[in-house]
Amino acid sequence: MKKHNLISRLELTNITKQYPGCLANDNINLTLMPGEIHALLGENGAGKSTLVKTIYGVVAPDKGDIIWDGKEVNIKSPSIARDLGIGMVFQHFSLFETMTVCQNIELCLSKTQLSKIGDLAQRITELSEEYGLNVDPNRYVHSLSIGERQRVEIMRCLVQSVKLLILDEPTSVLTPQEVAGLFNVLRTLSKEGCSILFISHKLHEVTEICHKATILRGGKVVDTCVPNEETPATIAKMMVGDLAEQDAGYSKKEGSVEVFNASALSLPAKHPFGTTLKNINFDLKAGEILGIAGVAGNGQDELMAIISGEDDRNVKDGLSINGMSIGHLHAGERRKLGIANVPEERLGRGAVPDMSLTENTLLTHSDGFIKNGLVQWQSIKEYTTELISKYKVKCHGEFSEAKSLSGGNLQKFIMGREIGQAPKVLICAHPTWGVDVGAALAIHQALLELRDKGAAILLISEDIDELFLLADRMAAVCDGYLSPLVKTEETNIDQIGQWMAGTFINNANQTQEVSA
Amino acid sequence: MIRIQARTEPSTLMKVASPLLAIVLTLIFGSILFTAIGKDPYQALHVLLIAPLADSYNIGEMFVKMGPLLLCAVGLSLCYRANMWNIGAEGQLLAGALGGSAMALYFIDSESVFALPLTLIAGILSGMLWAALPTFLKLRYNSNLILTTIMFNYIALYLLIWAVHGPLRDPDGYGFPESAIFSDATLLPTIFESSRIHLGVLFAVLSGVVGWFILSKTHLGFQIRVFGADEPAARYAGFSGKKLSWFVMLFAGALAGLAGVSETTGPIGQLVPNVSPGYGYSAIIVAYLGRLHPIGAILAAVFMAVLYMGGDLAQIEMGIPVAVVSMFQGVLLFFLLACDFFINNRLISTNQATN
Repeated sequence: MKKHNLISRLELTNITKQYPGCLANDNINLTLMPGEIHALLGENGAGKSTLVKTIYGVVAPDKGDIIWDGKEVNIKSPSIARDLGIGMVFQHFSLFETMTVCQNIELCLSKTQLSKIGDLAQRITELSEEYGLNVDPNRYVHSLSIGERQRVEIMRCLVQSVKLLILDEPTSVLTPQEVAGLFNVLRTLSKEGCSILFISHKLHEVTEICHKATILRGGKVVDTCVPNEETPATIAKMMVGDLAEQDAGYSKKEGSVEVFNASALSLPAKHPFGTTLKNINFDLKAGEILGIAGVAGNGQDELMAIISGEDDRNVKDGLSINGMSIGHLHAGERRKLGIANVPEERLGRGAVPDMSLTENTLLTHSDGFIKNGLVQWQSIKEYTTELISKYKVKCHGEFSEAKSLSGGNLQKFIMGREIGQAPKVLICAHPTWGVDVGAALAIHQALLELRDKGAAILLISEDIDELFLLADRMAAVCDGYLSPLVKTEETNIDQIGQWMAGTFINNANQTQEVSA
Repeated sequence: MIRIQARTEPSTLMKVASPLLAIVLTLIFGSILFTAIGKDPYQALHVLLIAPLADSYNIGEMFVKMGPLLLCAVGLSLCYRANMWNIGAEGQLLAGALGGSAMALYFIDSESVFALPLTLIAGILSGMLWAALPTFLKLRYNSNLILTTIMFNYIALYLLIWAVHGPLRDPDGYGFPESAIFSDATLLPTIFESSRIHLGVLFAVLSGVVGWFILSKTHLGFQIRVFGADEPAARYAGFSGKKLSWFVMLFAGALAGLAGVSETTGPIGQLVPNVSPGYGYSAIIVAYLGRLHPIGAILAAVFMAVLYMGGDLAQIEMGIPVAVVSMFQGVLLFFLLACDFFINNRLISTNQATN
């Protein structure tokens, strides 16, 4: 970080943006110096996305000024932002899978930029070496891992000689090793004077790499701090406002009898960019949480769908509950046998957006609420009201439409609904993804309580900290393979990280060859 | 400047106001149209909309037309709620008319009390069969339901025309393409002495109530609503899409078949080539005008029946071509869909937004 340069790279004053029914940004001020890595923190809905979209020219602010290198600018569109030297890497990548890295990067450059660069492929190779990005310009995007794709996105900003790089939750899709690699790149960029605006939910990353942090709550700046003088816990407190209870370490349990079993589960991908499941074996015991780590898109969705029965292909004896094969049963029948599930996609799958919470309770919980084919609406209403108060779901009442709830509150509701059916097996995907700290804590405690009652829980998550916190045994998926299962106490982040990157796959194949 | 902005929540007011607004806009459009073809718009609208309700005979005739519209529309409402795009009510109605007539002709010399129920059942089953064929093709071979149901409408129509020219033609009918007049034992009784309102009209109103009951009170109806509102959620919950698809299609087929057989055993009394002036197609508009709600469909069917009656009267009294009715229906659906846009969107002035 160059401290001699006193002109700020970017200065925002009184940025205000009103959306219908919600003040997304309320007089936000923020200053970014050249070479500064600045964290933008806040719970979901705090206004982070709106603010960075304003800087990148996607959203026009209602009020406020943007000063860039000492001059007031009006960033009307992303192309103006790029011309100024602002680059942004979105959470969801915008790359064409069927094109090469070089072609993808070429697409977003203007003719003048291209002629200035000359040989684009060579430029990519040079930059790649300079920053240790390891991006081969001639590879096709579909053959790249998520981490590599992210580096292509960063490369896309670098070829345009970027002065400010905005990263929206860049680490949520990476293995721990890839995160370390990304941080090296960011540090190099920062040394060269490039400012970085870094949005993240993972506080220990923020304390590790960021020079300054701005904390948003309800569209307002509530605090700023120097992260390496704080701990993740103190920053979390600034984010949620009050002295929120923190997740402490939880005791690990050993499961008793086997309840659920998946054996030799192999299934071709249903669509071209899906993942083929390859010989997946695991068992799930009563009273334990089995955590499955993995970078998104390595077979988690496919595994979830085949277990729940939403993928209706018959896997015969590949799945069983209490020794009984369920591979041929459809999703509704599996539910009746006690398999509940909490999907990743809350609104639109876990809950019907336009229906009331009462109706959404009935969505999966019909047991005891149907008499002769008729719905007992009154008792469902009463039960839903109980759920709402038990899980502290913030809403107007049981009549509220699911879409009117915030992500965290809807997740608490869905979790409560599924747990309320006293499942034997609960499959739970990314339960706290994008959920604020308070709701995450409530969800964690609900899961542990269910485990202690003797349910078997399969927890699929990309958040490795969450897995270490909750899981009693762990495994990782990579490219449709499942790693060996290991007790959480007997492993560490390094090993799981390597498994997420697929180091176990060759070993697994070799053992198979030996045994064959 | 005015621009369109998405509403944060769908407007409840617009949900109710949209059909009414669409009707008003259609009337305005109609006035312009009548002026353009040299007719007095006030008189034309009066004949089209008020005259059908002016005396008890007209009201009776209006209800006779409402019956088949409503039966078809209730079935379609359930289909559309479940995202089954059944455009085949017309064919299912014709199949019901054909199957029912075949049974009625079997009882041509009978006075059995079972004659009428069996005739109605034959009509219902024929309608269900006609709905089952495209449903099977969709579920088994993933064919496009919209296309197959339209094609089956034509197959039913030409099958019916073949039947009245061939096997079902009245042998004593001087070669006219009509069946013999049915025996009294297979005719639907009328409800009132003075009018042609028959039992089928009562069935229709009853079907609206049954449709409402299924949708709002039963678990099956709930599953249909979830399936239509959010298919991934229905799959997640483990609802069987196949079962629901079969149910709504067979239900719609049964009601349309009943509509068909009620026409032939009710006001017509024999099988003729033009059993339906497009009731099955108009029912699509009725279903949407009634907000895919079976009770809403009752009101919408009354309105559409008035339009049908009015069209006949306008032709007789003012020489306005009957095609005007079809155009009115089309324009009405157009305005309805346009007005529905404002349930989820609104117009705002850009000046106001920046202040």
